[in-house]
Amino acid sequence: MIKNIDFRICFSVMTLLTILVGLFQSWGIALSMLNLCLISAVMAMGVNIQWGFAGLINFGVMGFLAIGGLATVLVSVPPVNEAWSAGGVGILISGLFLATVVTSIFIINKKLSKNKYKNYFVFLIIILSIPLLKLIAGPSISKIESINAATSGFLGGANLPIIFSWFVGAILSALVAFVVGKVCLGLRSDYLAISTLLVSGIIITIVKHEEWLSRGVKNVIGLKRPVPYEVNLQKSEWFINLVQFFNSSKLSNILEPEVKISLLNQLVISSSGVFVKLCFSLIFLVIVFIILYFSEKALNSPWGRMMRAIRDNEEAARAMGKNVVKQHLFIFMLGSAIIGFAGAMLVTYDGLFTPSSYQPLRYTFLIWVMVLLGGTGNNYGAVLGGFVVWFIWIQSAPFAMVVINLFTGHLDETSYIKGHLQNSVPYFRYLIMGLGLLLVMRYRPEGLLPEKVIKN
Amino acid sequence: MDYLNSIILLTNFIIVPGITYGSQLALGAIGVTLIYGVLRFANFAYGDLMAFGTMVVILMTWYLQSKGISFGLLPTALLALPVGILLTIAVSLLFDKTVFEYYRNKKSNPVTFIVVSLGIMFVLNALVRIIIGPNDINFMDGHKFIMKAREFKQLTGLNEGLAIKSTQVITLVTTIITCSILFYFLNKTKTGKSMRAYSNNEDLALLSGIDPKKIVLLTWIIVSILATVAGTLYGLDKSFKPFTYFNNLLPIFAATIVGGIGNPLGAFYGGFLIAFSEIGLTYAYKKFFKYIMPENLEPSTLIQFISTDYKFAISFAILIIVLIFRPNGIFKGKVI
Repeated sequence: MIKNIDFRICFSVMTLLTILVGLFQSWGIALSMLNLCLISAVMAMGVNIQWGFAGLINFGVMGFLAIGGLATVLVSVPPVNEAWSAGGVGILISGLFLATVVTSIFIINKKLSKNKYKNYFVFLIIILSIPLLKLIAGPSISKIESINAATSGFLGGANLPIIFSWFVGAILSALVAFVVGKVCLGLRSDYLAISTLLVSGIIITIVKHEEWLSRGVKNVIGLKRPVPYEVNLQKSEWFINLVQFFNSSKLSNILEPEVKISLLNQLVISSSGVFVKLCFSLIFLVIVFIILYFSEKALNSPWGRMMRAIRDNEEAARAMGKNVVKQHLFIFMLGSAIIGFAGAMLVTYDGLFTPSSYQPLRYTFLIWVMVLLGGTGNNYGAVLGGFVVWFIWIQSAPFAMVVINLFTGHLDETSYIKGHLQNSVPYFRYLIMGLGLLLVMRYRPEGLLPEKVIKN
Repeated sequence: MDYLNSIILLTNFIIVPGITYGSQLALGAIGVTLIYGVLRFANFAYGDLMAFGTMVVILMTWYLQSKGISFGLLPTALLALPVGILLTIAVSLLFDKTVFEYYRNKKSNPVTFIVVSLGIMFVLNALVRIIIGPNDINFMDGHKFIMKAREFKQLTGLNEGLAIKSTQVITLVTTIITCSILFYFLNKTKTGKSMRAYSNNEDLALLSGIDPKKIVLLTWIIVSILATVAGTLYGLDKSFKPFTYFNNLLPIFAATIVGGIGNPLGAFYGGFLIAFSEIGLTYAYKKFFKYIMPENLEPSTLIQFISTDYKFAISFAILIIVLIFRPNGIFKGKVI
């Protein structure tokens, strides 16, 4: 087994593989895969900050991704004025009420920390506040949802450029992480895993069913983009010239002007898609580099050393006067903010927000596989994990198809087994992921790129 | 005021479904809690183990049906159950030998076990979807209703009907049988006592000459039986869909922890607590109050604590409240 793999070699291999996909499949596929690899890398870095730096096990990734996605809706969609005038006040009042309840719970926790009956107080407040909240918000919610139910039926957003939503997503995620962290972080590792998983379930339920906020299962489509639209590109002069320039050799071979124009049109249409994806790739690449840079800085700073000390021996760190609870909460918020940022990026890239598509297998456990496979506690490892896992995730279906055809080649075309296996090709990715995780945990538990241990 | 009708109403919409769902959760939760107590980790692959067992039962049911064998009024799946149990035991033992044993011998920390069980979850998930597909499958045959709402109304002359599905009775009877045998085994037999001893204090149990390999083997066998039975009952009552089974893991975890992790009896009660709060808190009591309140005080709203959309969220919320206030669970589990 190779002890140390240089991260430069790994990334060269991944770049080569992406280029190969571009050459043999298509550049559109290669770029959309690259984009999702980059988004996955950001998610994996978020989880790595929590798990790799601080040893906090967060199975609520899905929830924070959904909050990031919700932020894109809240920021970029134009506001629905009728809905605001119909029920805006009611929603604001109930929001205020909710904030009061949460603050009062925190105040009670602080002020009455010695009181025996504190817990019962808090419990009573929570139980009473739910029907009250329903009573306050109920009428306005039904008013909002009844306005233009087919096309809007929700409050809409702030009509700002969608890039802002990435930061808003991060801030919202951090705020939710603050509440979740206050509640759950005191628990032991396996309880923390289960409770964060359940909290993410609650978040998804809320996003799915509060239609006045997110349109719920009716989805929000046609979100804004930070890059140009294909249709506009196809009309603009400079883009057509650019395509002409790149394909000049191909075009100059054709003599008839009509054929030439139709070919140029085709090329413009196909390259406009590639160009849009390329723009996304550039933005995402810049973001990955920025987050990677700061994560590396943080990891090697005194603060990073303290976090690792807390992770490796909590008792000792506490004895040295470090505030473990506070640091845990902080890093939980930080990691969740990055996950929320990635969630907003993902929804921006997809151009639509579909709350029912959030499933723990894809949005929580797959991200965890990325971190564990790439290398816990190593930022480059997390990025690499994001790349490798997403690459396998996408390419495993064609790969499984080849393998199935190889083994069932002697069977008849109408054979039941062959048809059944070919239909279930998409699920081979789960099998490959599971086996990959089991093998890595067994033979290379520190991941592909292990954590760098600095010895003085 | 009409008390009889109101009681029938509650029985029909809360008590009967609650007992059925509660039994299914309880069986599942006992399995999770046994794994936690003896093997000392939270098994995230449990929902998919249930799906696997149910899948084998369904395949066997289809086979039996194609041979023309049926179980009369009862569903054929009950005949197919032993095969499902045997294959699930085989799969569990295979995974234990190839995966868990290594980490047990290494005495890895609980998080490693969780991560490894995630790997197994992925593998089982894939196997079930590749073999039987991701779609909804209804494999209930035999007699559907023991009592239909209309028949009940005609029989008693009341306004409210009471419908009892045969799967609900089967679930209850099977749960009673399984749990009585299990608790008799755990509390009265020597092997069961040694299992509890091992769960309570591993070192002391080893000193007393208890064979850990035997205990682990036994645990996997019991857990596989419980998973298959719980999965089949749930599938008969509702329908089989791999994704639902994965999702059911969450209320099962909630039931386990609420009852005190590692405590089988607690898990049993936890299952019912979760089931009844999920159903009871999302039920609209308007009609119920109509019956018991004087006419001028009839409620105008639905009188529903929280909307049905939040059914799952209730179990999660209960779990989180329990974790904050009583981390050991309501029935004093242990923290290993």
